[in-house]
Amino acid sequence: MDYQTYEHDVVVIGAGGAGLRAAIELSASGVSVGVVCKSLLGKAHTVMAEGGVAASLGNVDNRDAWGVHFADTMRGGQYMNNARMAELHAKEAPERVRELEAWGALFDRTADGRILQRNFGGHKYPRLAHVGDRTGLEMIRTLQDHGIHQGIDVHMECTVLALLKDGDRVVGAVAYDRERGRFRVFHARAVVLATGGIGKAYRITSNSWEYTGDGHALAYNAGADLIDMEFVQFHPTGMVWPPSVSGILVTEGVRGEGGVLKNKDGHRFMFDEIPDLYKNQTADNEEEGWRYTQGDKDARRPPELLTRDHVARCIVREIREGRGSKHGGVYLDIAWIKERLSNGTEHIKKKLPSMYHQFKQLASIDITQQPMEVGPTTHYVMGGVRVDADTQMSNVPGLFAAGECAGGLHGANRLGGNSLSDLLVFGKRAGEYAAKFAKEHKPGAVNADQVEEAARRALEPFSREGESPYKIQQDLQQTMQELVGISRQDVEMRRALDELANLRVRAGSVGVIGNREYNAGWHTALDLPHLLTVAEAITRAAVERRESRGAHFREDYLAKDEGLGQVSLLVRKLGDGSMQVVREPISELTPELAKIVDDNK
Amino acid sequence: MSTARFKIWRGNADGGAFQEYSVEVTEGMVVLDAVLKIQAEEAHDLGVRWNCKAGKCGSCSAEVNGNPRLMCMTGMDTIPTDRPIAVEPMQTFPIIKDLVTDVSWNFRVKQGIKPFTPRPADAHDGTWRMQQRDVNRVQEFRKCIECFLCQDVCHVLRDHRKHDEFIGPRFFVHAAALEMHPLDVADRVEELAQTEGIGYCNITKCCTKVCPEEITITDNAIIPLKERVVDRLYDPLSKLLRIFR
Repeated sequence: MDYQTYEHDVVVIGAGGAGLRAAIELSASGVSVGVVCKSLLGKAHTVMAEGGVAASLGNVDNRDAWGVHFADTMRGGQYMNNARMAELHAKEAPERVRELEAWGALFDRTADGRILQRNFGGHKYPRLAHVGDRTGLEMIRTLQDHGIHQGIDVHMECTVLALLKDGDRVVGAVAYDRERGRFRVFHARAVVLATGGIGKAYRITSNSWEYTGDGHALAYNAGADLIDMEFVQFHPTGMVWPPSVSGILVTEGVRGEGGVLKNKDGHRFMFDEIPDLYKNQTADNEEEGWRYTQGDKDARRPPELLTRDHVARCIVREIREGRGSKHGGVYLDIAWIKERLSNGTEHIKKKLPSMYHQFKQLASIDITQQPMEVGPTTHYVMGGVRVDADTQMSNVPGLFAAGECAGGLHGANRLGGNSLSDLLVFGKRAGEYAAKFAKEHKPGAVNADQVEEAARRALEPFSREGESPYKIQQDLQQTMQELVGISRQDVEMRRALDELANLRVRAGSVGVIGNREYNAGWHTALDLPHLLTVAEAITRAAVERRESRGAHFREDYLAKDEGLGQVSLLVRKLGDGSMQVVREPISELTPELAKIVDDNK
Repeated sequence: MSTARFKIWRGNADGGAFQEYSVEVTEGMVVLDAVLKIQAEEAHDLGVRWNCKAGKCGSCSAEVNGNPRLMCMTGMDTIPTDRPIAVEPMQTFPIIKDLVTDVSWNFRVKQGIKPFTPRPADAHDGTWRMQQRDVNRVQEFRKCIECFLCQDVCHVLRDHRKHDEFIGPRFFVHAAALEMHPLDVADRVEELAQTEGIGYCNITKCCTKVCPEEITITDNAIIPLKERVVDRLYDPLSKLLRIFR
């Protein structure tokens, strides 16, 4: 088989926030870096992030501090988080945000000229540095424009098929370029996975075609453990109408700016049920909630700003019980703030410009005049490659992971705004420690058989007249949507496992037409094995967790289970190729961290 | 539900032709939905770039009935369906396959522009102070999603193929964002005139008209940059002063 080999000290797979931040750090550490990404530079899903990046800068409310951010993150994750990761994240996020400003990012400003911060679900104080509702664009462009001057080699539109190993250690990756369909081998001393999420395992998702769980599956196949895979975040507010845009994200920033959720009767249903963990922190009347969104430091947050898992479930309840909106969602109303603000229309357009634009163009709705229709959409996976908190290395030597494809930081539920800060904090750390690893280790050897095998399998679909890859992908998405969605039960998930086994057989006989040049059908076929792996991992872990906690909701086990609250679920590949779920006790908090959690209760 | 006919350009660098497809149109559908439906149902190997499907990433640029557009933000209800809807790749860049073009020139151009260079920090903690009113105009430029539709429509590139002497509207916006950044201290005026070809722009504003982010490219970015160039390099008084310097 024909292929070209590229030599780098470290290869980063993925060019969203985590990948770019890792690459910048690697380059600064004096090692050679190659970034391999599925799309063009600057198009990764980070660009879609809207609300902001969480960091306890304390610019708007000086009571904020890393400890409060840490406690908020742990509470939001139902204490299933890796506490050391949550600690590092809260401590280092402010410095990572300030660094972006030094690289040219222009955040919105406070009156005294510092970085402005906004309210978001589950964050006690206004904490999200932002640029209107296009913070992700600002972040990825800043990293991109800084990164291109750091001597990083970027391999755009190049998709990784498998990691290469020399004994226990990862020594590179085999990939194909989309343009010509040629194979490439990346030979490296260390590999950083930064491939993002798994949204395309579901029919309704805010994620683009790229998010097929590549990093999760590559790591799993290379022998790395995955953790927390049962915890999939369904963002409460995705668009529901028209059908062609269903799933597209509506930022939590709408609620942060005072937007309220209502059912078809005009009732503000989020006041109906407030979880015990949050009773002390939540407003019990509309007036107090409004004052909170307007910066009143004595007011408590409105229930619309409770964590995403809870808000999503309340929305589902309203819809199921027949109080949903016309097209099967609920109403999200920001237009009402005109009653309170004389310049309401301009304020909405200034604070939420891309939401204004998105609804105007895609749904013919003017959000300054009418409510939006919204419903849950698959948005984020808390689970991912299990990594060491400090170094981001997996249990496979030389294999690092950062960002969404790594697990641990967010526990059972991620707070909005904690993803962008995650990318920066752990992207940097992965870069730093992958560079160290590369310096301390000699290059391993590439085994040509592994390359040949990956390439041979990739070409198989051309040699047969099989089923359409699109059809198999759609059936997989439908299966996960219906059987392993926001509300789960044993009998349905077991059906899903049978269905996934079926789909794996069908994927094994998939056929594609045309040649290897920019062939979307072929690319879709090659994404299928990754999707099937993550779908199975999610389902197996979800079957095993017989309780409801965070984003994982079981209709057949509504309560929390104390025992299961003490363990994380790991997913690993056995020698015979089968998938195993094992329990791992969650480490106890250090006394210092336990005290911080208590002080913030 | 109604049916729309499409003619989509299929081919590669060696040539190609329009092929006809028909697709059922549902409420709220955009052109990208129709193209992806055609891809999933009958033209599995159709080459098309897309990502966010919400006008935020700038991947799905193409020409719809001759108009440079993001396919994801072009509603089917905004185009006449009594005749076939033509979808073809951007004309300013070399073709790779079907609707996919080689936009790598843009990435090379950006690399050639002097990077952001901040002044020393304002505060002891290494941070800066900026007023919102001073960042507003640069924030407009930073809305750019790099769809390259402005490059596609610009006649200096599209018709005159000045890719070697002219960086195009996207990178004038980029240069303006740097030049007008409250913290930036680098100077990009000479290269704007000499190697980046700002003089070729004769402010026909085609770029502004196609910008999906509604950035007022010509008035807010290009014209102020042209003024800086003129003030610096062509003002008779300062020219005279330079001779005696």
